[in-house]
Amino acid sequence: MSDLMKVSSNPHIRAKSSTGSIMAAVVIALLPAAGFGIYNFGLDALILILVTVLSTVLTEYIFEKILGKKVTIGDYSAVVTGLLLALNLPVSAPWWIGVIGGVFAILVVKMLFGGLGQNFMNPALGARCFLLIAFTSIMTTFDCDAYTGATPLLALKNGDAVNIFDMVIGKTAGTIGETSMVAIVIGACFLILVGVIDLRIPGSYIVSFVIFISLFSGRGFDYAYISAHLAGGGLMLGAFFMATDYVTRPITVKGQYVYGILLGILTGIFRIFGPSPEGVSYAIILGNLLVPLIEKATLPTAFGKGGARA
Amino acid sequence: MNNIKERLINGLIKENPTFVLMLGMCPTLAVTTSAMNGLGMGLTTMVVLALSNAFISLLRNIIPDKVRIPAFIVIIASFVTMVELLLEGFIPALYDALGIYIPLIVVNCIILGRAESYASKNPVIPSLFDGIGMGLGFSFALTCIGAVRELIGAGKLFGMNIMPESYIPCSIFILAPGAFFVLAVLTAIQNKIKIIGERKGKDMSKIQSGCGNDCLNCSDTGCTKRFYDEKAQKIKGEEEKEHA
Repeated sequence: MSDLMKVSSNPHIRAKSSTGSIMAAVVIALLPAAGFGIYNFGLDALILILVTVLSTVLTEYIFEKILGKKVTIGDYSAVVTGLLLALNLPVSAPWWIGVIGGVFAILVVKMLFGGLGQNFMNPALGARCFLLIAFTSIMTTFDCDAYTGATPLLALKNGDAVNIFDMVIGKTAGTIGETSMVAIVIGACFLILVGVIDLRIPGSYIVSFVIFISLFSGRGFDYAYISAHLAGGGLMLGAFFMATDYVTRPITVKGQYVYGILLGILTGIFRIFGPSPEGVSYAIILGNLLVPLIEKATLPTAFGKGGARA
Repeated sequence: MNNIKERLINGLIKENPTFVLMLGMCPTLAVTTSAMNGLGMGLTTMVVLALSNAFISLLRNIIPDKVRIPAFIVIIASFVTMVELLLEGFIPALYDALGIYIPLIVVNCIILGRAESYASKNPVIPSLFDGIGMGLGFSFALTCIGAVRELIGAGKLFGMNIMPESYIPCSIFILAPGAFFVLAVLTAIQNKIKIIGERKGKDMSKIQSGCGNDCLNCSDTGCTKRFYDEKAQKIKGEEEKEHA
């Protein structure tokens, strides 16, 4: 009976999807990347993923218990945050990095701003950038049992040769979940097929990034160089799983294209002109902060309000 | 004597410039990378504050009302210059650490605020101690923030290693974002104590902004209470118009 008495504002469209089902789909879509990360980096990666997810979920649970609020860990959003954050950590990071990151993501970035739907910034990325500034050496050391030496992007920045085939498959150094372009694209295809995300943001992001790279890298339209940039680093993970976060992306269609293009340009600037080889997370965070402005500028005209003005 | 004690406590706790009045945020956030820097900044400000308060109080009947702000600034700037030269000569390490923030004490709103709201209306001795009390409150707050940031961000306290060898410093706390985190948390703790006090039935109204709630005679147009009061009145007026 209580289900029938639900009072909400229009439009009254009934659909089976809920926050829980959408988040569960994202978790499923992230599994190939996570699985490949565990296969690539070994059991340490699995432990780090579990610890991080556990810390995000527990933080949300304890926070809501203490404040006497409704416990919302059932909607899997904390799981998604934890999983995304873990996929953004290097495998050599100690377990407490995952715990600090998880607590920061949920407590500071999400809960203090009012919980899911109110956070102005992607919690996983906020935590990643926090860790990156707080523990720079741990977060940028990608040496592990399987790989030593530079990440492909660093090699690329130094002008060394990279093996693009390995980068597409994912057999390179990097964070747990970002190395395999194939695994990420498989997950992204699943999300697009079930209708959780569409190609507006990732498409405009990647296209504008490619255009920026060809214009400003000084190499012109160098096919190998551009594919290395696309396959390396967190671009794919960021474009498909983080830039498309429902809470922190623009809600207007036009705004989503603007947002995607902005991210592409920012990532290009950070990667080519910045001191560090990677810039996806900072680009998306900056984009997140500009979302209210983008939405304001691209607000569609209501029916009947357009036309000539007096 | 009673007045002096009251002024000191007022500056340290009741109207603590950092945690209660939220004044002087620029040096508060910028120089508190270590407890020592925080203490140094606080004490430097205290000296300037006490001297300029005393001096302005001495001259309060001579300075014409219309040009009082420039006159205050001239007095404050003179003392800041003196302190700056003394620091450069005798404590060069602190001088280097504080850098541009020493000359910027001139525009520290705590000093001008105390000159305007207290020293220009009160006798010399209470004004001097008002300056010392406010300065102590500022030093206390800056040292607290600096200590927390240094402890977490570098594993040290006043330059001494405190944390065990295995502690990996969380360097974001000695960078700019850490200042905001620490200030926010310390202010939240202070507010929490106030709320608990109010629940127990104590009168906490005095531990609030330094205005004394005398809204009728206040000229502060930037005050939030005034803003909301005026807004409420406006809405009320419009409603009445609609009824009519």
